Amino acid sequence: MDNSNVQSLSGRSKVVSDKKLSFVERLYLPAIFKGMVITLKHLLKRKATIRYPETKREFSDIYRGRHVLKRDDQGRERCTACGLCAVACPAEAITMVAAERKAGEEHLYREEKYAEKYEINMLRCIFCGLCEEACPKESIFLTTEIVKSDFLRDRFIYGKDMLVEPIDKPIDISKRQTPAVLAFKKEKNRKHND
Amino acid sequence: MFKVTIDNITVEVEPGTTILQAARQIGGEVVPPAMCYYSKLKGSGGKCRTCLVKVAQGSAADPRPMPKLVASCSTPVQDGMVVQNITSPEVIEARKAIVEFLLINHPLDCPVCDQAGECDLQDLSFKHGMEETRYVEEKREFDIVDIGDKIKLHMNRCILCYRCVYTADQIAGKRVHGVMYRGDTAEISTLINESINSNFSGNVIDVCPVGALTDKTFRFKSRVWFLNPMNAHRNCPSCSGKVTAWMFGNEIYRVTARKDTYGEVEEFICDECRFEKKNKSDWTIEGPRHIERNSVISANHYEKSKKPSIIKPLEEKTEAPE
Repeated sequence: MDNSNVQSLSGRSKVVSDKKLSFVERLYLPAIFKGMVITLKHLLKRKATIRYPETKREFSDIYRGRHVLKRDDQGRERCTACGLCAVACPAEAITMVAAERKAGEEHLYREEKYAEKYEINMLRCIFCGLCEEACPKESIFLTTEIVKSDFLRDRFIYGKDMLVEPIDKPIDISKRQTPAVLAFKKEKNRKHND
Repeated sequence: MFKVTIDNITVEVEPGTTILQAARQIGGEVVPPAMCYYSKLKGSGGKCRTCLVKVAQGSAADPRPMPKLVASCSTPVQDGMVVQNITSPEVIEARKAIVEFLLINHPLDCPVCDQAGECDLQDLSFKHGMEETRYVEEKREFDIVDIGDKIKLHMNRCILCYRCVYTADQIAGKRVHGVMYRGDTAEISTLINESINSNFSGNVIDVCPVGALTDKTFRFKSRVWFLNPMNAHRNCPSCSGKVTAWMFGNEIYRVTARKDTYGEVEEFICDECRFEKKNKSDWTIEGPRHIERNSVISANHYEKSKKPSIIKPLEEKTEAPE
């Protein structure tokens, strides 16, 4: 059936013909040579891939990777379980249970209330950074680290053991803060700002 | 009947009505905010100055304006009075200053406070206040006190509205707590640490506009915007039994009285309903309570939609009678 009268949908269709090849075309050598030129050109080009994990790509300073719950300079947890990150989260990935700080725990928690349980479902999280933006205590930050792959879904629900930063290995987040925030933090005459 | 004009809207009210009450009869944007006035408590009002309005014309007989802004909750209307609330830049400016005054000694602990999300002072400062604080001096500080075994008093957060004192006096019957000392050092106190033990004392939690008086049985349990407020009732021998049950799934986290659009309770409830009955089987759940869209509590809160009157007869037609 001749389809040449039917208008193509994409406008890019070509009518195929079976015309006789000329002698030069039948040699195939020019075509092979043309193909080799393209191959050799790509050999000299910069590679699109890298040899991960031996080499790693450079991340932006404000790359939004897995979260960290910061401690203050005295090593106390900053999070007070106010729930603003959870209510800001568009993916509803964050849950928490609050508890009251008891006498003698002042060196562990900064405020009189703290998060007894704090969980982020990394499969739900879309790494938008709204939790970071909502946090009034400068507690939650996204880092340049990536969430490790795994075989089981329940291992992607990160609890406090995965999220709270280790006391001996603080994570630098100063580059993620705007100049206005950093300037405000220097004002020591406000009590809530110590 | 007296004719009053508030923000160019004229309304006829009974003689003896206050300006605030007249504004509430109009409703909507023209109602001045109130932190201390409570229509169900006699003698309340006149302390916080949030409801200041401008009287542009005193009355029809004497059309001179009043020299200063007046507290609308305690100023009775006169015939032919012209009042400006949101139409007067002077009032808006004054309200901004009042919010700053109320926040002078108020701590910035909303992330910790159980009242956050339903706090009148939070709403007020969000709507009328400044973004930044200019106050750098020491704020006054008190220890956290238990009033009885069910109520916690955070004196730091108190704005001295006296609502709880009037409630203890008029609703709970026997007054055992009040305000001690004066001025900057004034504080709410149960006299010589005597606990409140009336069956209606829990209502001081509901009338408190800030988080100064909070429910100990709900302390740090959850944030109010994670809970679902449901209308519920039960047969209670001592009160009407009509409450709002704040639920999370099938659990009742706390019980409060039902509050109207001005944040005032509809009916005071007894302590047994408030503190003891936390099982779903204790209550008949009527359905979700109406929450304004601008409230944070309305996040993930779904109510049955009211269908417009046009749709109803159409649906009745299409449903074939069997």
